[in-house]
Amino acid sequence: MIAADAIVKCLEAEGVEYVFGYPGVAICPFYDSILNTNIKTILVRQEQNAAHEASGYARISGKVGVAVVTSGPGATNLITGIATAFADSIPLVCITGQVDSNLMGSDVFQEVDVSGACESFVKFSYIVRKASDVPRIMKEAFHIASTGRKGPVLIDIPIDVQKAEIRKFAYPETVSIRTYKPTVTGHAVQIKRVIKELQKAKRPIICVGGGVHLSSGAREEVRRFVEEKDIPVVCTMMGLGVLPTNHFLFYGMVGNNGQAYGNRAMNDADMIIMVGARVADRSFSQPDLITENKVLVHIDVDPAEIGKNAGPTIPLVGDIKHVFEEFNKAEISADHSLWIDKLDGYKDDTQNASRRKRHMYSSTMTEEEINALTVNPEIFIKRLSRAMNDNAVYVADVGQNQLWSCANCVIKENGRFLTSGGMGTMGYSVPAALGAKLAAPDRQVVAVCGDGGFQMTMMELATMKQYKVPVKIVVLRNNVLGLVRQYQHFTYQDRYSVIDLGDSIPDFKLLADAYGIRYLQIAAVEDMDSGIEDFLSDDEATLLEVIIDPKLVV
Amino acid sequence: MSEVTNKKVFQILVDNNSGVLSRISGLFSRRGYNIESITAGVTAEPTITRITVVTSGDNDIMEQIEKQVGKLVDVRDIHELKPEESVFRELAMIKVRATADQRENVIALANIFRGNIIDVSNESLMIEVTGNSGKVDAFLKLVSGYEILELARTGVAGLGRGTKNVIYLDKLI
Repeated sequence: MIAADAIVKCLEAEGVEYVFGYPGVAICPFYDSILNTNIKTILVRQEQNAAHEASGYARISGKVGVAVVTSGPGATNLITGIATAFADSIPLVCITGQVDSNLMGSDVFQEVDVSGACESFVKFSYIVRKASDVPRIMKEAFHIASTGRKGPVLIDIPIDVQKAEIRKFAYPETVSIRTYKPTVTGHAVQIKRVIKELQKAKRPIICVGGGVHLSSGAREEVRRFVEEKDIPVVCTMMGLGVLPTNHFLFYGMVGNNGQAYGNRAMNDADMIIMVGARVADRSFSQPDLITENKVLVHIDVDPAEIGKNAGPTIPLVGDIKHVFEEFNKAEISADHSLWIDKLDGYKDDTQNASRRKRHMYSSTMTEEEINALTVNPEIFIKRLSRAMNDNAVYVADVGQNQLWSCANCVIKENGRFLTSGGMGTMGYSVPAALGAKLAAPDRQVVAVCGDGGFQMTMMELATMKQYKVPVKIVVLRNNVLGLVRQYQHFTYQDRYSVIDLGDSIPDFKLLADAYGIRYLQIAAVEDMDSGIEDFLSDDEATLLEVIIDPKLVV
Repeated sequence: MSEVTNKKVFQILVDNNSGVLSRISGLFSRRGYNIESITAGVTAEPTITRITVVTSGDNDIMEQIEKQVGKLVDVRDIHELKPEESVFRELAMIKVRATADQRENVIALANIFRGNIIDVSNESLMIEVTGNSGKVDAFLKLVSGYEILELARTGVAGLGRGTKNVIYLDKLI
């Protein structure tokens, strides 16, 4: 057996279902060995998408996503995907081929120091020097990627090592990395302190982040806790979907792109429990404020996140599921009904207040009049997501479409909302949706992107066609890079620079035809409902183009 | 955020993997932490390396350094070597221009600091001084009256005093 066979055996032992990747000479031993197994390979059309597809797959399956590409340009193309996964703590194992180990360091054809390049945005990386190390390294890589704070692990393996013989193959049953032992169980004393504070709190609120989705089973525990203890919940962008959006305790997303009533709720609270959230700039532009006159509890599996941006009153390191299991055992008798009534009032205030004018060209028309003329993407997203299945997966891209999605997407009981939150990688939605659909073929998966992001990854339509992955894609078309345009409108007084996609956008109908994908268009307001119904009527790959006004601001 | 800037010495025990020093120094540079000196060398257990970093910053930064470094997969242990509980040493090699008539004076200075003369030529002397950074600094100040041709400092190595904080390597393996 050669090392490449051993890698494949390890993937089998880890229960890997799909490998997303792109071959090249330096990874050919691996792609030869994989023919001997039932692991399915997905040939992406550009390596970045291999990591995004593995990411979408990982987030929906709860397993580790696997991407395998060749050396040099294959490896560097993968990098954006790795960084995107790192920013959102998505568990990936990325394997890159490498030139012959005797030639490493001499700048030969397709050689690049990928482990050096990725140093600061992988959880760990390996360069495999000996074939006999393969089983241990594979076991460790999957372990590191999927435990503690999850993240991508890179394995760079020279072609001669892949081809080297392994005399005896045994996949290790356990991992022993003496330097890596993440804390999973929350400290009992700290848990007691939280319960005690919660008993005293008059206006508690829980802010959930992406960590709740990453800790297996945590969502149910958190939900049970807030429902039994009657505690209102807000979320960060990554925490969307922890509670369904219509949940009676859900008060929206916080941050400068969030709901005003969510931020107001945070400001008014006397106790904030941050759960699996980084307290990063987009959610908390002034982290100092959330510690002022409040009890701040910060729960995270990564101790380095606690106190990084805001100093908590009670730090609590541990896995969210475990911590909330402990919380759920506690007896708390506190009545929060006055506080909840107040928050409901905030919600009503916001919804009744006159909204910010969203169209810049008209000072005479009312919002209603404008909405009657052009498709309002916010209304469209509300209606689309409302029409989606109970357990549908909504994948938002990056840009205005992401912000409209966050604010308006209806997430149902078992629904999921995926997006590239930390990195904000344009083009994430289509490949991530593809990976998500492979992880859950029975679920409806809808990617919503702009015409800029879509053109970054529209080559994946070929992958969708080849492997018959029926992803639904919505392209909100406005012929501009809307969020940059909006920024230039406000910050540079309408000096628009390099944001016009102009008339060079391909005819999306012809494009869909070229890939054999069903095409629909919504251009007029009156077509919105019938278009959405048609779009979701089957389980076929469909491209829905929605024409929106380029002057809209979020 | 606290405004107090202070200096701390961290002792880091790491697995002697390839690239481990660059992982640590890289983390310091990209997160904007200062490194005043960094030294590394294997311990009595050949698979474990001891790294001593002298760094400065406010208390929040110090806390982050400890957490972020501690999070690296290669890192076994990081803790502060508190000055009152630790011994620090640094070695400096100083090459001074000294003609025959100046030689006596330079040697006398070196003797006061228990330095050794480790190389002599017609025009120069090389002195080896060992001690904590303050002692090395003081010696350099004294000999600065002469022309310093070349200077090499190793950076700080340190160990905690007594047996209280000993990390037994055989328990790490």
